[in-house]
Amino acid sequence: MGYKTIIEDDIDILVAGAGLGGTGAAFEARYWGKDKKIVIAEKANIDRSGAVAQGLYAINCYMGTRFGENNPEDHVRYARIDLMGMVREDLAFDMARHVDSAVHQFEEWGLPIMRNTKTGAYLREGRWQIMIHGESYKPIVAEAAKNSADKVFNRVCVTHLLMDESKENRVAGAVGFNVRTGNYHVFKSKTVICGAGGASNIFKPRSVGEGAGRVWYAPWSSGSAYGLMIEAGAKMTQMENRIVLARFKDGYGPVGAYFLHLKTYTQNAYGDEYESKWFPELQERVGKEYLDPEASHATHRPIPTCLRNHAIISEVNAGRGPIHMVTMEAFQDPHLEEIGWHNFLGMTVGQAVLWAATDVDPKYENPELTTSEPYVMGSHATGCGAWCSGPEDVSPEEYFWGYNRMTTIEGLFGAGDAVGGTPHAFSSGSFTEGRLAAKAACKYIDDGKAEGISVTDAQISRRKEEIYKPMETYTVGRNEIVAGSVNPNYINPRQGLDRLQKLMDEYCGGFGVNYMTNDKLLNIGLKKMAILGEDLDKVAASDIHELLRAWELKHRFLTSESVFQHTMFRKETRWPGYYYRGDAMKLDDANWHVLTVSRRDPKTGEYTMEKAPLYHLVGDIEDKDLAKLKAEGHH
Amino acid sequence: MPTFVYMTRCDGCGQCVDICPSDIMHIDKTLRRAYNIEPNMCWECYSCVKACPHHAIDVRGYADFAPLGSSVRVHRDEEKGTIAWRIKFRNGKKDMELLAPITTKPWGSCIPQLANEAAPADSMRDTELLYNEPKYVAMNDNALMTLESNGLEIKEGVYY
Repeated sequence: MGYKTIIEDDIDILVAGAGLGGTGAAFEARYWGKDKKIVIAEKANIDRSGAVAQGLYAINCYMGTRFGENNPEDHVRYARIDLMGMVREDLAFDMARHVDSAVHQFEEWGLPIMRNTKTGAYLREGRWQIMIHGESYKPIVAEAAKNSADKVFNRVCVTHLLMDESKENRVAGAVGFNVRTGNYHVFKSKTVICGAGGASNIFKPRSVGEGAGRVWYAPWSSGSAYGLMIEAGAKMTQMENRIVLARFKDGYGPVGAYFLHLKTYTQNAYGDEYESKWFPELQERVGKEYLDPEASHATHRPIPTCLRNHAIISEVNAGRGPIHMVTMEAFQDPHLEEIGWHNFLGMTVGQAVLWAATDVDPKYENPELTTSEPYVMGSHATGCGAWCSGPEDVSPEEYFWGYNRMTTIEGLFGAGDAVGGTPHAFSSGSFTEGRLAAKAACKYIDDGKAEGISVTDAQISRRKEEIYKPMETYTVGRNEIVAGSVNPNYINPRQGLDRLQKLMDEYCGGFGVNYMTNDKLLNIGLKKMAILGEDLDKVAASDIHELLRAWELKHRFLTSESVFQHTMFRKETRWPGYYYRGDAMKLDDANWHVLTVSRRDPKTGEYTMEKAPLYHLVGDIEDKDLAKLKAEGHH
Repeated sequence: MPTFVYMTRCDGCGQCVDICPSDIMHIDKTLRRAYNIEPNMCWECYSCVKACPHHAIDVRGYADFAPLGSSVRVHRDEEKGTIAWRIKFRNGKKDMELLAPITTKPWGSCIPQLANEAAPADSMRDTELLYNEPKYVAMNDNALMTLESNGLEIKEGVYY
């Protein structure tokens, strides 16, 4: 094949994937590494790439310590209860104590952050969210990354990490191909910061025609954060913790501003409140520690997102769907009405398109809500990702191995979706994680940890052959048939994706089975996954664009396999409303108050699973709330 | 579609191809104009619509669930620092114009160049501080928070 090999050598810090996490990494790396060579490789254009490409109308993670609002430990408490206890509290605390400094810099760079005209503080949507005019959030942040980087390789899809051949388990860079020219790119680097994204489109979406693109998380979020790291043998954590979103039907438009700022609420098809009805039974399953509506009512303690999903799913199954968002009251106020529309235009234009197309005016009708297909990611209300070291001054021994946000592969760092156990980082927290990873990566190099890296031509050639194999498969197989897409020798990436989605949906707890699975289903699913894996060796690409889709599919496959393994391992139903293990419907703290950690052996493909302990740094209820409760005679 | 390109307005400049996060805006080799090659991988993110200098790109809602006949158009202006939207309902009963700022500064003028900043002191490298910290955390002189400063202790177990 006539594609050139382009080698970029002597890189100190390679940022693989530059959404909010990757841009944060590139930006900060320049400060700590004045003379270091910083390179970005991104499969799209960093001005509009990653989950924030479209913009955002809120920054969902901001402490507001400057306004006396929250401390980092408040965020830890919130993230922990929302995730039913399963959080890396060291990482969450660390992110939270730095995140405001990122937001204050965004404002200086020109990001419009709304202010509360009375107090002068940022305008709060909820306790953690501040409202922004964020249409240009990504282009603004990308400018900062571009100013710091020596080189930005847009349209280079990173497919694999390069591994050092002189020292076991040490990263040496990455390889990929340019989705325009087709050229093969080799990045030899002392460190890699994986800023690639989580995964949409691995579970069958509710819309399978054109609307398959209107997924909640971006369709270009191909699970590459996980695909890259799993393939290299990095340990992963909490991969079973997929997320299901309750959103406006079909458009998946955001509900945060509606609930928190516009004060809209939900009801069933018959106009009744439904949520509280499902809580007594649910409390028996998960325990009062995790669901205590009385305490939640009296304090700031939220009802976990998954449990609120559970009420929606149960109410719909009971025949009283659909669930509606009651907008007709709030939207009588023209100012709130305008905010409701701006909210979509700023971050999910497709929802505005849909309401315009279906004449849904929320002033005169209450729009439908639905629960989405599951997604696998690590920065929203879920914490899938790599098992990473925490900061030296916070982390206990089990969580610390030298460099903040370094994975279990030496020199390989993570940010954003790539880091496991850190939910509720969102855009600002992901950027912050990138900054933390960049500082640590510079230190790793300065400490001499990246000396003597060796990458042979054999490794580079082997990867090249592997990357272009789908095009070879196509070229060889296509002439056996007259025309069309049905070929006995191969499947194309779309066919492979359809198969993966069907399998994930039916065996791993997708919407089509009401998010239900069990050990038997998972076992069958894993067998089918193994065969799909064999067939993906025969995935065919007719052109470079399809080659991109082929590699996205392979990353989605590796992500999915990990989700299967983790779901099988955790024998309990920890997050009802995200998924259910029919053979273990209760939450089981005696056995499963742990983080799940996996490793896929890169040579054999075999998985090993282990439990890692959970460490806590704050109590459940804030001091002032506790005092109030005691005064009122609770507990 | 979801995005599609008007034949008479597109001049094949490729701005949409350059910006599309999903790599689905391509130039048709015969017509030398852009089109959406893979509608079911389109997020309706409007990146290409905003980038098109001729307003040649529009969106028709997803065929699975969006009827024909409405319109959501946009004009983004970096010089003015604004984005203007117009939403027209299918039944013609609603026609909204909405305007929002996209930046508070002349475009790109206030982004720092960290290569030109003073290098951090060696002593700072061993702290937990990032660039501009601790000042930018709370915009005051407070030190970065730690477990100790906040009276916290990290301990293993089911409950705290």
